[in-house]
Amino acid sequence: MTLIKIDRQTWADGIEKAKLAYRVFGPVKEKNDHEFKQLDKGEMPDFSLQNTRLSPKAIVYPQSQIMLTYSLDESRDDCRIMKEVENVTAPQLVLGIRPCDALAFPIVRRNFDSPEYQDTYWIKAYEATTFVGLACNAACSTCFCTSAGTGPFGETGQDILLMQDGDALYAKILTPKGEALAASMGWSKPAEPDAAGKLDALKTKAEASITASVSTDKLKDKILLELYGAPFWEEEAFSCINCGTCTYVCPTCWCFDVQDETHGLSGVRMRNWDSCMSPLFTIHASGHNPRTQKYERVRQRFMHKLKYYVDKYDKGIQCVGCGRCIRMCPVNIDIRRICDKMNRFDAKSCACDIASS
Amino acid sequence: MQNPYLPYPVRIDEIITETEDKSLKTFKFVFINPDDEKKFAYESGQFGELSIPGLGEIPIGIASSPMEKGFIKFTVFKTGKVTSYLHAMKVGDIMGVRGPLGHPFPWETLQGKNIVIIGGGFAFTTLRSSIISILDPANRSKFKDIHVIYGARSPGMLLYKDELQAWAQRDDIHMNITVDGTNDPNWKFLTGFVPTITEQKAPPGSPDTYAIVCGPPIMIKFTQPVLDNLGYSHDNIIMSLENRMKCGIGICGRCNIGKSFVCKDGPVFTLSQLNNMPKEY
Amino acid sequence: MTEYTDKIQEIAKRLLAEGKVEMVIGFRKGTVPMMNQPHYAASAASVNELIWDSNCALNLANYVTDKKGTIGIVAKGCDSRNLVTHIVENKIRREQLYIIGVPCTGMVDHRKVSAMAGGEILSMEEAGDDLTVSGQGFSKKISKADVLQENCASCTHRNPVIHDELIGNPVAEQTDADPYASVRRVEDMTPDEKWNYFEKLISPCIRCYACRNACPLCYCPTCFVDESKPQWVGKSQDAIDVRTFHLLRAYHCAGRCTDCGACERACPMGIKIREFTKKLNKDCQELYGWEAGLTLDQRPPLDSFKTDDPQEFIK
Repeated sequence: MTLIKIDRQTWADGIEKAKLAYRVFGPVKEKNDHEFKQLDKGEMPDFSLQNTRLSPKAIVYPQSQIMLTYSLDESRDDCRIMKEVENVTAPQLVLGIRPCDALAFPIVRRNFDSPEYQDTYWIKAYEATTFVGLACNAACSTCFCTSAGTGPFGETGQDILLMQDGDALYAKILTPKGEALAASMGWSKPAEPDAAGKLDALKTKAEASITASVSTDKLKDKILLELYGAPFWEEEAFSCINCGTCTYVCPTCWCFDVQDETHGLSGVRMRNWDSCMSPLFTIHASGHNPRTQKYERVRQRFMHKLKYYVDKYDKGIQCVGCGRCIRMCPVNIDIRRICDKMNRFDAKSCACDIASS
Repeated sequence: MQNPYLPYPVRIDEIITETEDKSLKTFKFVFINPDDEKKFAYESGQFGELSIPGLGEIPIGIASSPMEKGFIKFTVFKTGKVTSYLHAMKVGDIMGVRGPLGHPFPWETLQGKNIVIIGGGFAFTTLRSSIISILDPANRSKFKDIHVIYGARSPGMLLYKDELQAWAQRDDIHMNITVDGTNDPNWKFLTGFVPTITEQKAPPGSPDTYAIVCGPPIMIKFTQPVLDNLGYSHDNIIMSLENRMKCGIGICGRCNIGKSFVCKDGPVFTLSQLNNMPKEY
Repeated sequence: MTEYTDKIQEIAKRLLAEGKVEMVIGFRKGTVPMMNQPHYAASAASVNELIWDSNCALNLANYVTDKKGTIGIVAKGCDSRNLVTHIVENKIRREQLYIIGVPCTGMVDHRKVSAMAGGEILSMEEAGDDLTVSGQGFSKKISKADVLQENCASCTHRNPVIHDELIGNPVAEQTDADPYASVRRVEDMTPDEKWNYFEKLISPCIRCYACRNACPLCYCPTCFVDESKPQWVGKSQDAIDVRTFHLLRAYHCAGRCTDCGACERACPMGIKIREFTKKLNKDCQELYGWEAGLTLDQRPPLDSFKTDDPQEFIK
């Protein structure tokens, strides 16, 4: 793995060059928060951030995405014949994605790219995207990436990892895709020999700055139905207002709704992010709803991330520890608290737990 | 890479009103591109997404049998936005079908076995497909005794009335057709709820006997203890579930019961499997 | 206001011990600073979690909608007004509630505080009007008056309008507050300016519906945006649909909104949703002399008809 040092001028020039070949996305500050935006000519990513308010999942998986189009014009031969929308295949570049958010893509991929079915929209956009990560030198109090499968200098899901040491910027090339990008950006100057050691020290310091953690080691061994029937769900869900904030800000929430919309005689079939927090998510046409109570919906979200996914794929939890849901939940439902309750849960002694709570 | 969301274009070839209240119609579709029929190779128990441009999609069990060529059939209950629109469509109209989706009934396991088919109301569609497949001369010898218990509220609410009549004449299938009640003096079949008829007519449980149960929740609730009493192992009770679906291919995340998706991992489950899943259906 | 904590716990314990209520709804300390969590206490042990400080901004009336049984509820001025609205609109019966009234000096806008702090806040201490926020390598004193939620800064009903027990002496009501300054600014705009103003206002919306779900008024069994037969509103990020949601929701709140600010507090995108509801509040005040949730004896103006109702606005 090559370590490259990027000076200020090469950085700025490289980004402008990249914009000719890629749609370049980077964090941009808007009012008090950063969001990922496509960078216009001359616009630079702003790396003075902890993380963006929304996760960058929309770059590969937009909140509203047209999938099929059709005409309802009876005079046309192709009336009511549905057609595939041209997928995103133009190269995209994400600059400055945090390691937690980058890990989300391989996690979510297991859903969109299964042996049986391939979600062509997601996969083509994902394959067209080059991910340039940005290591975190200091975590926030709600970050728990080190107990969610990555870390502030985590490399999974990225093609290049950028690391900042004061004013100096280093790039670690991780994949052939990253190599191609580095070549096209003019990132070629090898880092000084002692850089790797300094970055290692930064990494150690960054990891030590993570104060939050979750325990997930026992989740896999829990009996699914026992955890499902645990007595804490109703109490933990009390404050929940069943809004979709947690699901929409989450980098690993992937559920969607499919809707037809027509304007005059032309129509589209589109998908929109959806949320398991909404009663509508599961209601049958008959009016029957398998999840009528809000605690059932809260339970679904956490069981999905922390048990169903764990059992199904045996690749850890469906959470990257970015902490957005904790920071943004209007009623302070904290996944760390719930994860620990789940991990600690003992069906045999739960009677005592209830008595003592 | 094939786009799994793109339906095959089909033309409505025939519409049959099945029940006296007109709430159930059978739609026969013909593929507009003949090659699509091969791609839509299915087995009894699977479902498809009926796709109406401008309205949306609905998951419906396939009522035709793979032994029937040149068309596919779906029997649809008028209930929501899409099904109401479909019920108003006409022969010759163009729409789409996506599939086949989900797992069929476990036909390999069922080979050489006795099968009891228990259905209620309009959940008889994939069971019709199964019966047609089983009774096909190419297949009948692969199975032992076949019992069918099928009930509806009244004679006019039974699906596939002509076929039921024809099957009742045969000696290679034991038909038990029942209605909850009727004033029709010409009614020549049974009267009584499905669980009661099951108790009277179903063969006892054995490792070689499988029950396939499809029906409204209330029927399933009361049929299950009957099968328990008859000695059916929960591995030998096969059910087909419904949940709200969108994508039909296990991606959109909506129809899960625990870690299983009704669309992709189901809709067919054994009772043993369901016993270990949350009751979220 | 932190001294209220002991009092709330004491009352809650008493109510539960006497069997007067089955649960007491209040707040417990959140897992992150400035984010207290709505919480119910049904046992002596969980009563000890109940707290009070300037981060109890959500509206607890939202948690009693259609509830059965008897409930003790901690209520500041705005919560109490929404309880009144709930009672008038038959979402709960007065006899079911034991209202623990909390005279309120306003809640803190956590976004304002964060923007002032210059680093991630790890804790907030409160002593009267002085807030001390601390984080890695900094500690800063902030005056609460400077970081109040906007609705609190212009609140004229800080004392609960209805209660079974008041937890402390009533606080002085603000008399110089002007809740409608920003409404007048918008009223003075040209139609184009107004259009642009509201388009920009709602452009960050992600349609999570946190505003709606945090609002005690939004208790429709099926919200119009969720209705599918017929489907009134599309579900995408189309600007028409986003606009329709915000405007129609605001109108559903006309004459009912207490300006509790729960919608804005809940919005993850920091949208000033009250810019819609405040205009309707102002209209209700000017047209009908009405402020929501002040009395149990009167129906809200859009829920009743009088022959002398103003109608010059009907064009």
